[in-house]
Amino acid sequence: MRTFILKRILQAIPILFGISVIAFAIIQLPPGDYLTTYVNNLRSQGDVISDEQVRALEEQYGLNQPMVAQYWKWISNFVRGEMGQSFYWNKPVNTLIGERIALSMAVSLFALILTYSIAIPIGLISATRQYTWTDNVFTVLAFIGVGLPSFLVALVLMYFGNRYLGLSAGGLFSIEYLDAPWSLGRVWDLLKHMALPAAIIGISGTAGTIRVMRATTLDELSRPYVEAARARGLRETIAVLRYPVRVALNPIMSTIGWQLPALVSGEVLVSMVLGLPTCGPLLYTALITQDMFLAASFIMILSALTVAGTLLSDILLAWIDPRIRFGGIQ
Amino acid sequence: MTAQESQKAEVEVEAKVEELAGRSIRLLTHRQLVLMRFRKNRLALVGLGILTLLYLMAFLCEFIAPYDPNRRFQGNVHIPPTRLHIRTAEGTLAAPFYYKVERKTDPSTFERTYKEDTSQRFPLKLFVRGDKYELWGLIPLDLHLFGADDPTAPLFIFGADAMGRDLLSRIIYGSRISLSIGLVGVFASLLIGLILGGVSGYYGGLVDNVVQRVIELIRSIPTIPLWMGLAAALPTNWPQLRVYLGITVILSFVGWTTLARVIRGKFLALREEDYVLAALQAGARPFFVIREHLLPSFMSYILVHLTLAIPGMIIGETGLSFLGLGLVAPTISWGVLLKDAQKVQEVALHPWVLIPAIFVLVTVMAFNFFGDGLRDAADPYSQRT
Repeated sequence: MRTFILKRILQAIPILFGISVIAFAIIQLPPGDYLTTYVNNLRSQGDVISDEQVRALEEQYGLNQPMVAQYWKWISNFVRGEMGQSFYWNKPVNTLIGERIALSMAVSLFALILTYSIAIPIGLISATRQYTWTDNVFTVLAFIGVGLPSFLVALVLMYFGNRYLGLSAGGLFSIEYLDAPWSLGRVWDLLKHMALPAAIIGISGTAGTIRVMRATTLDELSRPYVEAARARGLRETIAVLRYPVRVALNPIMSTIGWQLPALVSGEVLVSMVLGLPTCGPLLYTALITQDMFLAASFIMILSALTVAGTLLSDILLAWIDPRIRFGGIQ
Repeated sequence: MTAQESQKAEVEVEAKVEELAGRSIRLLTHRQLVLMRFRKNRLALVGLGILTLLYLMAFLCEFIAPYDPNRRFQGNVHIPPTRLHIRTAEGTLAAPFYYKVERKTDPSTFERTYKEDTSQRFPLKLFVRGDKYELWGLIPLDLHLFGADDPTAPLFIFGADAMGRDLLSRIIYGSRISLSIGLVGVFASLLIGLILGGVSGYYGGLVDNVVQRVIELIRSIPTIPLWMGLAAALPTNWPQLRVYLGITVILSFVGWTTLARVIRGKFLALREEDYVLAALQAGARPFFVIREHLLPSFMSYILVHLTLAIPGMIIGETGLSFLGLGLVAPTISWGVLLKDAQKVQEVALHPWVLIPAIFVLVTVMAFNFFGDGLRDAADPYSQRT
């Protein structure tokens, strides 16, 4: 087990390195940079800025150095937890990102938990009652859910919430808790506000997981060992829950790693529609204003957390399934 | 099973055999089997029907749209959808018609109210002459499938936008871009996926390893932030056609990875087949073997994957344009139209700006149903579960 974990961690390192290169390259792609735009804006407003000053600014941000040196400066600071300065907000990236990343992850995790706690029982019910009307209803719902783009659902729900329930949608905290220090009340308030966005983000994942759970359970239910369990006189619920379900959960566990990027993706879009104080809106402005350190750090952290999540799910899977623990991943 | 039961089963089988022997037995080709399986799936047929209509609409958008999508109707800003009637005020049935809509602005609250003027009736006409256009940019025409005859009473089936432009016409024109971007994107992904997946699966070893690591790398970055980053990098002064191509490239940047995986898996499995070995032994070149033996054997799987990949691309374009990172006005796509629905207040006042979303949803669902039917049909020998 220990060698397995070690091997997986070592494998993650080149991936993280690759992501950091891509994240940095994306930010460098657009012509010009924030400073040029900034200086041009100031000049057009009539401010006098000498070339000396521009050069001093470039020096300060390291923009006059070659690309590789800039990358090195960014990544070496990043590893040490220093993410540089945001041009646009004129604040350290760390302070800007901190709470937003945490909230983004909280919403995504909440969505993940919601996905599984809804999808697994429904998939199971569908499989054990194959072709009954319960199964048919869930199957159709799952079909529709797989294709629903989350941000459109968010838009439509916002409209109906506003129209019929008088909700002023958006935000993750009530006004009284907006700037309050963390307390039990604030956490509860956050959870209440998170439910809707998390549900929206989780829709397509839930629908997909229902399909997978149903299919794998059906496969397992027809195996001889289930028959054997019944033959030994086990009650049906126990015969199903104790053996086939454990096997059927396997593919679901192993795809947590794929669910995560999708959830984080969905969260970014939905949070922009619903106006949540998470990563989405800030990443958007950062990309638009070419605020390179902020944007690159965002992409880097979101991806790194996803890689970490996949790693955790792999370890979890190996812990559950000895075949993987001993036989390599394939 | 008791002896009695097995005897009963045997009798049943014999009866079945006799029944079948009475019928004429036909030989069905693979293609016929696939078609048969596909036709049985009602949802898939509905999906195919809807898609055919939608793509026909995109293909003939100039003719089907009642107005020029950029024509502004003065004084008709944000006018709600015109209601079509088939029952006259006297209670008799008539061909579809509509009433002229009067707008009144409350002098103190500035609230606008719209009321139908039942004294002025206008018929909905087929094949009317209206705004001039060039079909596919080639043939100058002014014939429209349907529309209003009287220029004093314009017809807004889906209402008008903030500039008094007909939303229905804009949606119909927008379908051309929104529906085609999925096809072009999937084609680009197929090209990259086929080359890299094929090379990876056929040669294996180091090449395979490198390609697989690259795929893992791309897939571990959350798609939307990646797309957003790449889309933000498109220069804002690019002509619209180039932005369109840029967006397709961005969408396929992620899309090829899934296809390459599928193709690689198929190559790995088929490489070991005896007929491949036989062909190679007979002196065939690898490229010949790939083209003549490998590709045809899994083309159906690829087609299924392509169909199921298109909706993701359509949503991608819509999402990016909705955020203002993809296509922008004056280009018309469903995502660009949905940009008007970004603010809740706007949607609350003029809910019809959400109508493009319905088109996106219907398209995506139709593709999913169609693709699912294809998946079942692609392998007609398997048991239905």
